[in-house]
Amino acid sequence: MSKKLKALIIGPGNIGTDLLMKMQRSEWIEPVWMVGIDPTSEGLKRAEAMGIKTCATGVDGVLEHIVKDDIRIAFDATSAYVHAENSRKLNELGVIMIDLTPAAIGPFCVPPVNLVEQTKNLAMNVNMVTCGGQATIPMVAAISRVQPVEYGEIVATVSSRSVGPGTRVNIDEFTRTTASGVEQVGGAKKGKAIIVINPAEPPLMMRDTVHCLTETTPDQAAITESIHAMVKEVQRYVPGYQLVNGPVFDGKRVSCFMQVEGLGDFLPKYAGNLDIMTAAALRTAEMFAEEAANQSITLPARG
Amino acid sequence: MNLQGKKVTLHDMSLRDGMHAKRHQISLEEMVNIATGLDQAGMPMIEVTHGDGLGGASVNYGFPAHSDEAYLKAVVPKMKQAKISALLLPGIGTVDHLNMAKDCGVTSIRVATHCTEADVSQQHITQAAKMGMDTVGFLMMAHMVSPEKILEQAKLMVSYGANCIYATDSAGYMLPDDVTARIGLLRKELPKNIEIGFHGHHNLGMGIANSLAAIEAGASRIDGSVAGLGAGAGNTPLEVFCAVLDRMGVTTGVDLFKIMDVAEDLVVPMMDHPVRVDRNALTLGYAGVYSSFLLFAKRAEEKYGISARDLLVELGRRGTVGGQEDMIEDLALTMAKNK
Repeated sequence: MSKKLKALIIGPGNIGTDLLMKMQRSEWIEPVWMVGIDPTSEGLKRAEAMGIKTCATGVDGVLEHIVKDDIRIAFDATSAYVHAENSRKLNELGVIMIDLTPAAIGPFCVPPVNLVEQTKNLAMNVNMVTCGGQATIPMVAAISRVQPVEYGEIVATVSSRSVGPGTRVNIDEFTRTTASGVEQVGGAKKGKAIIVINPAEPPLMMRDTVHCLTETTPDQAAITESIHAMVKEVQRYVPGYQLVNGPVFDGKRVSCFMQVEGLGDFLPKYAGNLDIMTAAALRTAEMFAEEAANQSITLPARG
Repeated sequence: MNLQGKKVTLHDMSLRDGMHAKRHQISLEEMVNIATGLDQAGMPMIEVTHGDGLGGASVNYGFPAHSDEAYLKAVVPKMKQAKISALLLPGIGTVDHLNMAKDCGVTSIRVATHCTEADVSQQHITQAAKMGMDTVGFLMMAHMVSPEKILEQAKLMVSYGANCIYATDSAGYMLPDDVTARIGLLRKELPKNIEIGFHGHHNLGMGIANSLAAIEAGASRIDGSVAGLGAGAGNTPLEVFCAVLDRMGVTTGVDLFKIMDVAEDLVVPMMDHPVRVDRNALTLGYAGVYSSFLLFAKRAEEKYGISARDLLVELGRRGTVGGQEDMIEDLALTMAKNK
């Protein structure tokens, strides 16, 4: 019997399609359904061409197939507005929801920091924070696991082409959600997030700066080692994650300058911000599958 | 040039853009004294915010001496006639900051985005307009794109509820013809009830000339700052501009001698360094780089031994935009490694 967990992707846009392409290489997750709301959507056509079952009538259209097709994991790449309902309907059927929207109704998940905890608890809805959060929170955590961080600030600079209409219409949600992630997962007492959109052509690679203010004088050797170890952890699922400069120490300030190059599956390589979301979401799902396979968690029972 | 009989609304930036030149360390007392002096001189609008707008307090842009809220609460109640505005950059500040500013008595909000990214301002412009504020869409680094692109982005901001649109020369790069083309097209194509404004920097010494070109092309609001206190080589020096406008027969409602005195007696003595076109400020204007990068580049020069001018030229070549202050230290580190 296959150890792979079967999955459903909601939202056939750029993110959903990129996720699907990554999933086809996964040893732990098997994409089965792609759901959209527009029958003429390019994304659904692409999915169909890849041999995936598609449905253009939203989540409601697949509910009857969930148990029959043994769908265990769903990825929501739609919007915060519809996520809560999608999650409720699928959770009821015992499907674990991985939320790539900013809805954040479930606990935040940043794989190298707290994925193990979320899977052991069998959280039925985990939220992937934001792209800026995925790229920076590991660094904040790498510092705060060495010594207390009074204040963590992240600056995410992304190419204009990689910022979709959903983020643009509610950019405050990005800054708020990322700042809470810096606190709750990164471990900073106070978090702040800034996003800068740059329209340069050719598009720039995602850049992220992390500034932390430690409570006491930073232990430079320990922090440097912790940061390098954390970079390696992130590189396991985002090979293009790179520490360009730093850590720089200046009084109690510790700064790291990161670059995130995507894999270039469906989204271009410069869109490292989107790639790190899809890669982190898939990594999260894989962890659930691994834990289920070695029986350290038990998936919801089905008759 | 004949501007005889025109009326313009001047908007002072010394207590917001000037915060850059003061590393955001203006004291409450200085802030109140300058604002009071400007108010008495008849300045109709004064901006009071962190240099990078509401919520700008950060490692990246600098922690201010006081919070936006503290500055606004100190200044607003002292004003007899001047309206106090605040700046907000989506991605840095949020609607929560906007609501706070409104509660402090701010009546005019300026929502600033890079000149191609107006659609990130929707939630802030909508909210400000809904609260009945004077709502300004502020398109930064307007030299980087065509007048047609500026118009397209301006229309988005108008559709969200802005009643005034600024073409902003954040890098002090524009020449008068660049200003005429942008302001002229905005004036021609936007509805008559939408005001047009211009915000200049003096990095190429064009603050006054560009502002005159803007008025001729249809702008009715002009930003400047008393004694030029602002990022880079500063903004259009308002006392000078008032004298020029007076000579040209343009009505501003500002008392020339009073504003001269504010510049000389209050603002110049407070400056940490002479705000002038030094070689680095000139490089900003020449290379088209965001004016507030100036002091960051100078600090990186001191720390890493890379010339500020080389840093600024490279940042210009890379198409860096407002808000990317973090890239200055990053670039200096990279250049120092490769040296």
